[in-house]
Amino acid sequence: MFKSITLGQYYQTDSVLHRLDPRVKLTATLVYIICLFVVNSFPGYLFAGLFLVCMIRLSHVPFGYMVRGMKAIVFLLVLTMTFNMFLTPGEPLLRIWKLTMTKEGLSTAIMMAVRLSFLVIGSSLMTLTTTPNQLTDAMEAMMSPFKKIHMPVHEIAMMMSIALRFIPILMEETDKIMKAQMARGADFDSKNLMKKIQSMIPLLVPLFVSAFRRANDLAMAMEARCYHGGEGRTKMKPLVYQGRDWAAYLILLAFFAGCIAFRATSHMVPFPLGAIN
Amino acid sequence: MSLTIEDISYTYETGTAMQVTALDHVSVEIPDKQFIGLIGHTGSGKSTLVQMLNGLLKPTGGRILYKGEDIHGENFDRKKLRAKVGLVFQYPEHQLFEADVLSDVMFGPRNLGLTEEECRRRAHAALRNVGMDKKFYEKSPFDLSGGEKRRVAIAGVLAMHPEILILDEPTAGLDPKGRDEILGLISEMNSRMDMTIILVSHSMDDVAEYVDRIMVMNHGHLVYDDIPAKVFSHYQELEGMGLSAPQVTYVMQYLREQGLPVRTDIFTLEEAAAEILAHRRDIHV
Amino acid sequence: MISIRKLIHDYFRQDEDGNVSEKIRAVDGVDIEVNAGEFIVILGHNGCGKSTLAKHINALLFPTEGEVWVEGMNTTNEDQIWDIRQRAGMIFQNPDNQIIAQVVEEDVGFGPENIGLPTDKIWQRVEESLKTVGMYEYRKKSPNRLSGGQKQRVCIAGVMAMHPKCIIMDEPTAMLDPSGRREVIEAARDLNKTEGITIILITHYMEEAIQADRIFVMDQGKVAMQGTPREIFSRVEEMQALHLDVPQVTLLAHSLRKQGIRIPKGILTREELADALLGRRPAAL
Repeated sequence: MFKSITLGQYYQTDSVLHRLDPRVKLTATLVYIICLFVVNSFPGYLFAGLFLVCMIRLSHVPFGYMVRGMKAIVFLLVLTMTFNMFLTPGEPLLRIWKLTMTKEGLSTAIMMAVRLSFLVIGSSLMTLTTTPNQLTDAMEAMMSPFKKIHMPVHEIAMMMSIALRFIPILMEETDKIMKAQMARGADFDSKNLMKKIQSMIPLLVPLFVSAFRRANDLAMAMEARCYHGGEGRTKMKPLVYQGRDWAAYLILLAFFAGCIAFRATSHMVPFPLGAIN
Repeated sequence: MSLTIEDISYTYETGTAMQVTALDHVSVEIPDKQFIGLIGHTGSGKSTLVQMLNGLLKPTGGRILYKGEDIHGENFDRKKLRAKVGLVFQYPEHQLFEADVLSDVMFGPRNLGLTEEECRRRAHAALRNVGMDKKFYEKSPFDLSGGEKRRVAIAGVLAMHPEILILDEPTAGLDPKGRDEILGLISEMNSRMDMTIILVSHSMDDVAEYVDRIMVMNHGHLVYDDIPAKVFSHYQELEGMGLSAPQVTYVMQYLREQGLPVRTDIFTLEEAAAEILAHRRDIHV
Repeated sequence: MISIRKLIHDYFRQDEDGNVSEKIRAVDGVDIEVNAGEFIVILGHNGCGKSTLAKHINALLFPTEGEVWVEGMNTTNEDQIWDIRQRAGMIFQNPDNQIIAQVVEEDVGFGPENIGLPTDKIWQRVEESLKTVGMYEYRKKSPNRLSGGQKQRVCIAGVMAMHPKCIIMDEPTAMLDPSGRREVIEAARDLNKTEGITIILITHYMEEAIQADRIFVMDQGKVAMQGTPREIFSRVEEMQALHLDVPQVTLLAHSLRKQGIRIPKGILTREELADALLGRRPAAL
């Protein structure tokens, strides 16, 4: 049942994007999200979209695979669009029953939809081309300045990577426990909310018990393998910037500059911003 | 004839590169009161097959009939079926969740909508049947030993009064003592409670002594379905499937190859000793 | 190389107020000497104290009384705790709960990273230990896609990458199917024979014990029996009283002896049985 969610799951293939340093990809994703809020005109979004299309092509991830992942957010998209279309005050376009769709609303709705889909595609492009381990490594490296203020950066990264390793295991376990309780007549499809919550107990108690047992075992196994925190620890795969990473930073900078330029010239091509911005 | 399996298949991840055929046109009859061993190594399709039998999985082809009715038919009550075809999963003790042993065993009957009194009566009987003493009833299931937990978990399914009881690797992870106790218990249930039992295992040694019939699965096919002696005579083919005949069968086979003319369709110690003694005059000691 | 002297280990159970309510003596005066390069098996049913004993050798637990020495280091010496854990590696029952990373090679590198080796050294060790256990071609795979036996071999590689002198395996095969069990035991034997690693294997499966150099049988926290496999398994009645398995061939020979056939005690293989029955000169006895 969980297998259908492909949004942002690592897609194994070989591409320039896969080989990039995860720190670059993490920075790029942050910058791209900022840019989506910097640009505010139709040409600006076209520019951001083109950039995204180029990156998707570079990633060698099939476009269809990505679109399938988007299904998960269609509901969210439709919801924001509907709200924006009907609740933004302005020049009326269309009347359905008591609701009025405005011109401003329509344009905000389109813009929000574009922004949201670009945001989701952009960030899933990062997770599609970066293993969770690389991602935690990148976070650990980029947050290392915070160690000075006694933030447990290594511990946080280690916890994240362990959590990521155990998610599929616990999901499989959930499936197994559900089936076992269904064999004892449990009903997980109840429509009644109270009953639904109640029916979760036979699932959640064994799941928690198991998770704690696993945590206990894992802690023991880690200690047995000489784990004693981040101090004095070396890296099997240290992050080292290559030529292509610097090139990527340059391209990113150019893109950012482009977006600012579009913002600065946006008054020439009107694209009204919505109230929700 | 309580369960009839007609030509069922099961494939998952259909249409992707990872498409797997877990069951490939399997047909089988499960009559009343039989003790059946279902053998196959990991990934042979045996676990998929048993999940079909109580309707937890729906076959992608073929049908399953319970007393002549299609269990995936429109008006069929699959929840009732799950009471009639009890399934005990691997490591069933991992599914215990109630605060005390008795309530945990009562969970199944409660789901059948029985009265509190009836649930309690059934739970008491089920716990008695797995040899759990009254002093355990108020205990937390998490404080029990491994073997005790497993008994309680089996009682939880027994309390639903199944006609067919399927146990998936009921001895996994137990020590020899726990294993012998659970196997003894299961065989006793078959003879005393007139229940059909399907024991899923990858160990021939576990099932050889007890069962009337052995079904062997390999790569989603049902390859053998016969009485134990007949199945074990294929010991060479079994090895090719990552399985093996009981150790005693190999011993008899070896003795025969070495020149002691003993029968080889033997899989229990008592039989083997008797057979060797019957050839006393061929023995040189 | 490992010396356990008069080891006692008590567990304390606390009541709600944090007062000690119950004392459980898990290990009760155990003396064991293990020489470098030996293959030792510890048998015993659940709760006999063998797992507690194992955790002492890796300094995961500390003696209530008595001493544990590993390569001349006392486990209570806190300065040497990481040296001890590096010399004496440990494999646990559930492979899933000891794999930390999401890629095989990264998991094997976890230990060397912890002891602070330089990057190129880590890679070298990861490669060589993955090759030793025959998992090199799976180095880029996710552990979730491996079979139980393969996962356990990855765990062994993870320990090997720290260049231990000794590996303690706490029921490494209990959750595996027969082919996985064979894989892991073969890997352990290989390490013992070709790399000279001392192995201490804790198990229920007597077929894994037959080829040990020495066997210790534990019961109620004490060493109940010790000796070579032949010495141990020839004491059939004592083993059965402890609810432990004895090889089927040994049982068969035992029952033939009881029925008046004069064959030697302690037969462990079918070859030995055939030799004895056919009056040939036994090679091993």
